[in-house]
Amino acid sequence: MRGFRASWRGESIKLPLHSPIEYKALWEIDRIGRASRLVAEALLALREESKPGVRTLDLDRFAEAWLLGQGAKPAFKGYRGYHFTLCTSVNEEVVHGLPSERRLHEGEILSLDLGAIVEGYYGDAAITVPIGDISPEAKHLLDVTREALHCGIAEAVPGHHLTDISHAIQRHVESHGFSVVRIFVGHGIGKALHEEPQIPNFGPPGHGPLLKPGMVLAIEPMVNAGTHEVAILEDRWTAVSQDRSLSAHFEHTVAITERGPAILTLSESGEGW
Amino acid sequence: MAKRRGGKRRKTGRGQTKKTRQEQTKKEEAIEVEGTVVEPLPNAMFRVELEAGHKVLAHISGKMRMHFIRILPGDKVIVELSPYDLSRGRITYRHK
Repeated sequence: MRGFRASWRGESIKLPLHSPIEYKALWEIDRIGRASRLVAEALLALREESKPGVRTLDLDRFAEAWLLGQGAKPAFKGYRGYHFTLCTSVNEEVVHGLPSERRLHEGEILSLDLGAIVEGYYGDAAITVPIGDISPEAKHLLDVTREALHCGIAEAVPGHHLTDISHAIQRHVESHGFSVVRIFVGHGIGKALHEEPQIPNFGPPGHGPLLKPGMVLAIEPMVNAGTHEVAILEDRWTAVSQDRSLSAHFEHTVAITERGPAILTLSESGEGW
Repeated sequence: MAKRRGGKRRKTGRGQTKKTRQEQTKKEEAIEVEGTVVEPLPNAMFRVELEAGHKVLAHISGKMRMHFIRILPGDKVIVELSPYDLSRGRITYRHK
């Protein structure tokens, strides 16, 4: 069956495959790894730069300059009409916040989503960072989201099904009282920014394609403190939680290998999140 | 960048904009003319001669049928002509 359909707790997902899943050769995974490494290092640098008083536009320019300086191309710029290198989503913004003159303030949380292209191969990652000191609830949200990502990655083993990842994420998030965003999903990645399969962050386990070595997935749980519902703003990009509750987002590009998942979005020294 | 969950592409309702009430294309007015019934034809159709000498094929309007109004040759009538075909019309009134 191409794609899959599953239902659980009264909701159903239907994720048909629009094209077959591309399995990457080792040399291709190597290239994707290079792009991913740059993305990781850029994000770690951006984390240091994200302080009160800084404009999100400044961070975007920093990211772009950084990537170009490393010989990589920004993946988002020009993608479906997006004009920036970085997505900067503050507080209740879930994803795809547009960099602007907006200045960051103490206590806010900022999600940074970045993609890069190296020699035609893509890397995609995201982190949510605190600006100054944040409330314990916000910190809890960040921790749970990051942990959920790793719960998902732990399931990214050959022989498992796609939704084993989805289910692990949902279980972890909801056990802490938060909600998983449904509208946006993780995705395959490689020669294009978004490839098949789509990877929801919720759903019953045991559905979807079998995970095999050679698959490269961008797993990106998006978690809201309140409702999972999302609304898109007038700028046609920024997504916010409908009840304006805080939202966190973490993403890794992960290759599936015989020995299990390999997180590609790590710095040279192995630092990640 | 997160991917919007897709599946079957949503029906593109956006693309065609609906015209507002004001913009809706008006129905064109029929042209009303006076004429004299020349000859009755089957099925409540009549040949009517208009002022300029034109003979048109006209049928009796439903309203007149409902009220059992009879038309005979020689009657002066008002005919509605369609702007799309000036040789056909609808008899809408019979003068006393």
